[in-house]
Amino acid sequence: MNVQGTGMAGILKNIRKPARKRKKPVLLRVLVWGCAGITVFTLLSLIIYILVKGVPALSPELFAWEYTSKNVSMLPAIINTVIMTVFSLLISMPLGIFTAIYLTEYVKKETLFIKIIRIAAETLSGIPSIVYGLFGYLFFSIFLNWGYSMLSGAFTMAIMTLPLIMRTTEEAILAVPDMYREGSYGLGAGRLRTTFTIILPSAMPGILSGVVLATGRVVGETAALIFTAGTATQIAVNPFSSARTLAVHMYSLASEGLHIEQAYATAVVLLFLVLLINFASSHFAKKLHKGENKA
Amino acid sequence: MLKEKVMRFVFLLAACMAILSVLLICVFLFTNGIPAFQKIGVLNFLIGTRWAPGNDIYGIAPMIVGTIYVTAGAILVGVPIGIMTAIFMAEFCPEWLYKFLKPAVQLLAGIPSIIYGFFGLVVLVPLFGQLFGVSGKNILTASVLLGIMILPTIVSISESAIRAVPRSYYEGSRSLGATHEEAVFTAVVPASKSGILAGVVLGIGRAVGETMAVIMICGNQPAIPEGILSGARTLTANIVLEMGYAADLHREALIATAVVLFVFILMINFIFSALKRREKA
Repeated sequence: MNVQGTGMAGILKNIRKPARKRKKPVLLRVLVWGCAGITVFTLLSLIIYILVKGVPALSPELFAWEYTSKNVSMLPAIINTVIMTVFSLLISMPLGIFTAIYLTEYVKKETLFIKIIRIAAETLSGIPSIVYGLFGYLFFSIFLNWGYSMLSGAFTMAIMTLPLIMRTTEEAILAVPDMYREGSYGLGAGRLRTTFTIILPSAMPGILSGVVLATGRVVGETAALIFTAGTATQIAVNPFSSARTLAVHMYSLASEGLHIEQAYATAVVLLFLVLLINFASSHFAKKLHKGENKA
Repeated sequence: MLKEKVMRFVFLLAACMAILSVLLICVFLFTNGIPAFQKIGVLNFLIGTRWAPGNDIYGIAPMIVGTIYVTAGAILVGVPIGIMTAIFMAEFCPEWLYKFLKPAVQLLAGIPSIIYGFFGLVVLVPLFGQLFGVSGKNILTASVLLGIMILPTIVSISESAIRAVPRSYYEGSRSLGATHEEAVFTAVVPASKSGILAGVVLGIGRAVGETMAVIMICGNQPAIPEGILSGARTLTANIVLEMGYAADLHREALIATAVVLFVFILMINFIFSALKRREKA
């Protein structure tokens, strides 16, 4: 086996020798295969461990309508998660898609204003979720006096997912061939009509894949929601009531330490949702690429 | 025509929302955090080594050190594995395997941090506790888990950086007699180094900002850690742990903690976009 062949110096030394005497860099090959193996092994062990421990803990009582201290049902949390996702997407989707339309169809030059928008979006995508949580608490819950509520949570999540939807929509629109635009303009359609009847439908799979990814962010988010939507255990009856989503529910169960079995079960449901979302997103992404080939 | 003009204005308005959001976040964090800096004193706050809200003593040096330790550990674990996996995916991976590997990495990125944290709590904490005979809630455990969590970020950005290197680099190297491995490691990978570095920086940002996973496995003691086997509290954990019940100066000190975190992240973001611009040039 070759031990020297790893470092850059080792390779360079090796390379200067005549081909016959050269050592084969077996170790490098082992190293890259090994590291890829570690990555896959981690993923599989995480999923399998959660499934093995969690699936037996799933019981019909955990899907009861009411959460009580005896039966920590997760159904209210699941319903809250759905409401939260829908709410926040209703805000972030139009904003993100309209911004992307503006950046791609309405301005052609990279003006200072456009640069500032891009820098803002990049900044937003780098901010950690706890900072979003704190901001949402200070602005929506206290300054606007919405308290711990679904609405505070949804607005916070909307800002958080905005850059993601913006970027994926922009990429999808840019992938639409110019031919489509020219054809539409040639037939006498204006810019607005071209955008809504030609460009958005062609870019739809890409936009959807971004929206699905944003759904994943909302479903998995904890830190940004604890201080905005709060941790009330019941189904949110109006936008101003506090409600915990599934991820927050799981955090409460796991950190209280009294309901570890149920935490495993919740983890299974959460993991299942994430798998589903990932699958849907790559399904849409594939569709977009197929469309590209045809064009 | 009117419709056209109105919609143009609507699109413009939507585009302003991203800028408005950033401004609002800055304004609200800074105005709420700065009073604490004034009352405690910037230096006392940043380099004070005692955090005792009960006695109105607020020094976040332990949290800064804790964050640096945990992040450094995550880099040591995640970066080598991540870059090697990226090289594997771009240059060594057979096509049939790539079909599984790529979705696997995407899935790794999609798993919520709360699930990572829970996995760390029920698997890594007991494991490391038994291996080293101390409490498993320590910096080493957090480093390993965070290293895993930043893997997908590093892998996907490094992979696209490696793929963006012109094929002629590889071919030129091969035609001079280099083997496949030599061509990849001496010609292709060095050419993509600023892209890979950008991935690493983004990974650092993820590790610094991670909250829910760290809080469950790092012990959360607000004291400067003595070694990698002692517990630590990160900046993020400090906020979540105490925000629920804090009042007055305590609350302001926590918001000021978020300001420090925010400034760290802004610096990291700045480095990231500078690196990305260099890659494009």
